Amino acid sequence: MEFKRVVVTGLGALTPIGNTVSEYWNSLINGVSGAAFIKSFDVEKFKTKFACEVKGFDAEGFLGRKEARKLDPFVQYALFSTEEAVKDAGLDFEKLDTSRIGVIWGSGIGGLKTFLDEVVNFAKGDGTPKFNPFFIPKMIADIAPGHISIKYGLRGPNFTTVSACASSNNSLIDAFNYLRLGKANMFITGGSEAIINEAGIGGFNAMHALSTRNDDPATASRPFDLDRDGFVAGEGAGTIILEELGHALKRGAKIYAEMVGGGMSADAYHMTAPHPEGLGASLVMKAALEDAGLTPADIDYVNVHGTSTPIGDPQEVKAITDAFGDRIYDINISSTKSMTGHLLGAAGAVEAIASILAIQNDIIPPTINHFTDDPAFDPKINFTFNKAQKRVVNVAQSNGFGFGGHNASVIFKKYQQ
Amino acid sequence: MSDIASRVKAIIVEKLGVDESEVTPEASFTNDLGADSLDTVELIMEFEKEFNVAIPDDQAETIGTVGQAVAYLEKNVKA
Repeated sequence: MEFKRVVVTGLGALTPIGNTVSEYWNSLINGVSGAAFIKSFDVEKFKTKFACEVKGFDAEGFLGRKEARKLDPFVQYALFSTEEAVKDAGLDFEKLDTSRIGVIWGSGIGGLKTFLDEVVNFAKGDGTPKFNPFFIPKMIADIAPGHISIKYGLRGPNFTTVSACASSNNSLIDAFNYLRLGKANMFITGGSEAIINEAGIGGFNAMHALSTRNDDPATASRPFDLDRDGFVAGEGAGTIILEELGHALKRGAKIYAEMVGGGMSADAYHMTAPHPEGLGASLVMKAALEDAGLTPADIDYVNVHGTSTPIGDPQEVKAITDAFGDRIYDINISSTKSMTGHLLGAAGAVEAIASILAIQNDIIPPTINHFTDDPAFDPKINFTFNKAQKRVVNVAQSNGFGFGGHNASVIFKKYQQ
Repeated sequence: MSDIASRVKAIIVEKLGVDESEVTPEASFTNDLGADSLDTVELIMEFEKEFNVAIPDDQAETIGTVGQAVAYLEKNVKA
């Protein structure tokens, strides 16, 4: 059986550096940091007082007061970026077979804010369980694709992938595979996350995972810099419309790029620490290349997981070195988390968008905030430090690694007939 | 309008996102004001909180309109 080809026909983004795809891309190529002191709660007693928050998002204006109240921010974000993508793809669902259009969404945690609010409310009481009836349906991680399907009447496959910071890479791969197999015509896919609240920041702080550079938030996310001290929490959503090529051509869709491969692996090593030699990360990059029928020589750009943690960044460089051999000196590597912060379950989605737009525009977005070389890294490797670089990008690979040791990597290619 | 009726109305406007003029005594939460089963449960909980009463489930099931809510609360809330 021959696989069908899968193309990207619509994009939507709500990020800490732009609330639309074009704003996001402009910020990416101009090296804009999305980090600032946290506005959504009182950070006085927190070790980390900053994050990459979404700015100027008006949930009630977008959804109406009644609807906004029933949705956790991670769902509000999902609906917002999806509206942009649906418009961008020129979709008129009344003219399409909606039983063959699905939604596969990624979220690492789901409605953490809802969980926090409801449990705090319970703890303040006398032990009587007075939980809000919306508590569970607001919180569960699968409710985002549920709401997307309800809004647009989409009756194809519908679920959420949960693999921490690899979640939306997994959603892309699942959607890609069902389309290749001919199980559907189109998927709304991507991911969203909204964990910038007391529980999210406090929880990641307890793990010593977050940067504590409170005197200079804008430069705190500095992947591959000698003085990197942890990741910067981000939030938002990215939506990617994946479509079977024949279906896209028939409706005259605009095609951004082709999705050509996806790889998955596990570290099988530790709950949160990556394998020190990058074993799982190397395996996943090789698996994605093999799936795409490509070799390292075909890759021009790797949008790395690169979270700016002391132990995460080196293992990924080891993995790329292992997977790519000498080709590592010819590719561009960048971590757009230097600008967006780490969107966790939405990271794969917004970084896939960055990779797709790098292919479309032949520009590599930079790894900003580079001050001091880390002697651990070969100086001949091009990390695209501080400034965007022009180069023809035929193929881009995007990595995502999650707590639990989940790894997922996706590959996009310039579309050719 | 009694104090209880105006507080009930304010809760309904807030939770169901409806216009004040729609909140008539005859208005049914589900048929007229767009509430689903979860909204109805939430409304009852809000009444309990606002008026500091416990409304047992079998009583809650008899409250389907604005007027029924006001009547129940006027009878059961200690002034």
